[in-house]
Amino acid sequence: MSESPQETDYQRVQRSPEFQDLRRRFRRFVFPMTALFLAWYFLYVLLANYAQAFMSQRVVGNITVGLLLGLGQFVSTFVITMTYARWANRKQDAVAANLREHIESGALIDGGADARHGGSLA
Amino acid sequence: MTRSDATVLAVAADSGQIGDPLVNIAIFGAFVLVTLVIVFRASRNNRSAADYYAAGRSFTGPQNGTAIAGDYLSAASFLGICGAIAIYGYDGFLYSIGFLVAWLVALLLVAELLRNTGRFTMADVLSFRLRQRPVRMAAALSTLAVVFFYLLAQMAGAGGLVALLLGIDGAAGQGVVIAVVGALMIFYVLVGGMKGTTWVQIIKAILLIAGAGVMTVWVLARYGFDLSALLQGAIDTAGEGGETLIEPGRQYGASSLTQLNFLSLALALVLGTAGLPHVLMRFYTVPSAKEARRSVVWAIWLIGIFYLFTLVLGYGAGALVGPEAIMAAPGRANSAAPLLAYELGGVLLLGVISAVAFATILAVVAGLTITAAASFAHDIYASVIKRGEVAPDGEVRVARITVLVIGALAIVGGIFANGQNVAFLVALAFAVAASANLPTIIYSLFWKRFNTAGALWSMYGGLLSCVVLIALSPVVSGKVDPVTGESLSMIRDTSVDFAVFPLENPGIVSIPLAFLLGIVGTLLSKEQPHPEKFAEMEVRSLTGAGAEKATSH
Repeated sequence: MSESPQETDYQRVQRSPEFQDLRRRFRRFVFPMTALFLAWYFLYVLLANYAQAFMSQRVVGNITVGLLLGLGQFVSTFVITMTYARWANRKQDAVAANLREHIESGALIDGGADARHGGSLA
Repeated sequence: MTRSDATVLAVAADSGQIGDPLVNIAIFGAFVLVTLVIVFRASRNNRSAADYYAAGRSFTGPQNGTAIAGDYLSAASFLGICGAIAIYGYDGFLYSIGFLVAWLVALLLVAELLRNTGRFTMADVLSFRLRQRPVRMAAALSTLAVVFFYLLAQMAGAGGLVALLLGIDGAAGQGVVIAVVGALMIFYVLVGGMKGTTWVQIIKAILLIAGAGVMTVWVLARYGFDLSALLQGAIDTAGEGGETLIEPGRQYGASSLTQLNFLSLALALVLGTAGLPHVLMRFYTVPSAKEARRSVVWAIWLIGIFYLFTLVLGYGAGALVGPEAIMAAPGRANSAAPLLAYELGGVLLLGVISAVAFATILAVVAGLTITAAASFAHDIYASVIKRGEVAPDGEVRVARITVLVIGALAIVGGIFANGQNVAFLVALAFAVAASANLPTIIYSLFWKRFNTAGALWSMYGGLLSCVVLIALSPVVSGKVDPVTGESLSMIRDTSVDFAVFPLENPGIVSIPLAFLLGIVGTLLSKEQPHPEKFAEMEVRSLTGAGAEKATSH
């Protein structure tokens, strides 16, 4: 593909406020969420590794703090999964579909994908 | 456990086999028969590359999510984690947690964007806006490396299981059975392609989760559905020092070095999943990004519930079978789950659970094989060697030949890898995936300035550092059991010791290194940026414009 000095359709879309909005919302959701679950996971790992007395405390019978925190990792994973799925279904899908229709009906002259991959599509 | 049961178990352990081999073979045979019929039916529509590699992109989210669970819940999850919890207690639980939390990386950062920008393989996405041939080559090589380690783990599980279930102790006999498993897998993948493989994985996931669920309820019922009582049972059976089973540190708490090992393992587990090529490839089998998201949601629920089962099963095996009996059995830690099944439901349940475990290995190996074949045929053969000048059916032909080669390698590898804990071997595959693949996936999706040099530095740097550190670690040589004096490494000769790197999992070094190399390589390169390519990738990844649609027949 030759270098084109002109702006491509994809660049025009990328600059559009609708897309910028979609992108900002996406990043504002997934980046902090990723930081959150990774921090919680490593907190758990570090506690298991270096705070064994604390993790070994019995809460009820043989149920230890460590076991409860471990099960807490399961709960937080399920909660984040459902929160994200609900958020994406409600807030993102319609906007993305709208943009997609706009792009695909606008017949991108660029032809990008197919030409670059060099193979015929099935 | 009644006295006569105990005697049977003890006698069986002596002869190196439990249950009735005929029952085991019959149940496994039934599974093979049913799946073969399905694979044949599924193979009718395998015409194009999209059919062969991506099942025509025609699976629904729930179907694909179940197949992902089938692909992911390998022998490592079932046999390895149950064994690790039975023997080491709480420390074994970390595997489950790491393997599960890792899915959030895939859900939030990778699955949908990847589905929207790629076609068949991980390299499609990585090379999207970079120079095609070198990046594809690197991505294909790291795919093959991950698949190799993963295959080794699965085949090691197969070997142990064979010893336990069919009473075949001799290396030659076990080798024959591993070869039969390998040949079956080759057949599935050759005939069924991705569609056949997916159906095998769906069936296997249902069997595995249902089987583990039944055993879980059974174990809990023995203890009046009181988890604390179950833990007490495990503590009592373990004897002296048993209470450490419910505390962290039994396996990894010995020294600051083993604690570092634990951290390294934790890092590799949580970052590995989203870089596993056979998992990534599954996202192409659905028609849209929304279905890819649904797939991951289903997969997370199924996988999470299954890991909750393994917690009960692991402690159950510790309580009802006991760590000593487990370690004395031919498959060592890997035999905890089958031994528990025998203890609970006798010959029949053992037969069912072992057939499920075999099916697990078979399905996962099939998924790995088709990934490696696609990667070789699509990335190395079609794009690098033929520079894209290849008819689609030519590519599929090469993929089928690759399946044969990889199948043969898996059989040979399986014969050599016998006896290692499979969860542990899989953790190495995760370390390679997290080092060689994940940094480049993340950078190419989110970092505008990222370029070809950065990708190559990161992928080759991550891959090489990871593999070299594993080779120089106690996993390969120089680890000796202080009690028995036996070698615990892959090289059984205890006089050979070139383990200069002390950690058993290289993740804590190789993963940050690969992330760093991606940045350094990018900044040092003089490659001109391609803002128009990044615009195309970003717009497509978030909107799904121009994404591959389902093929219709």
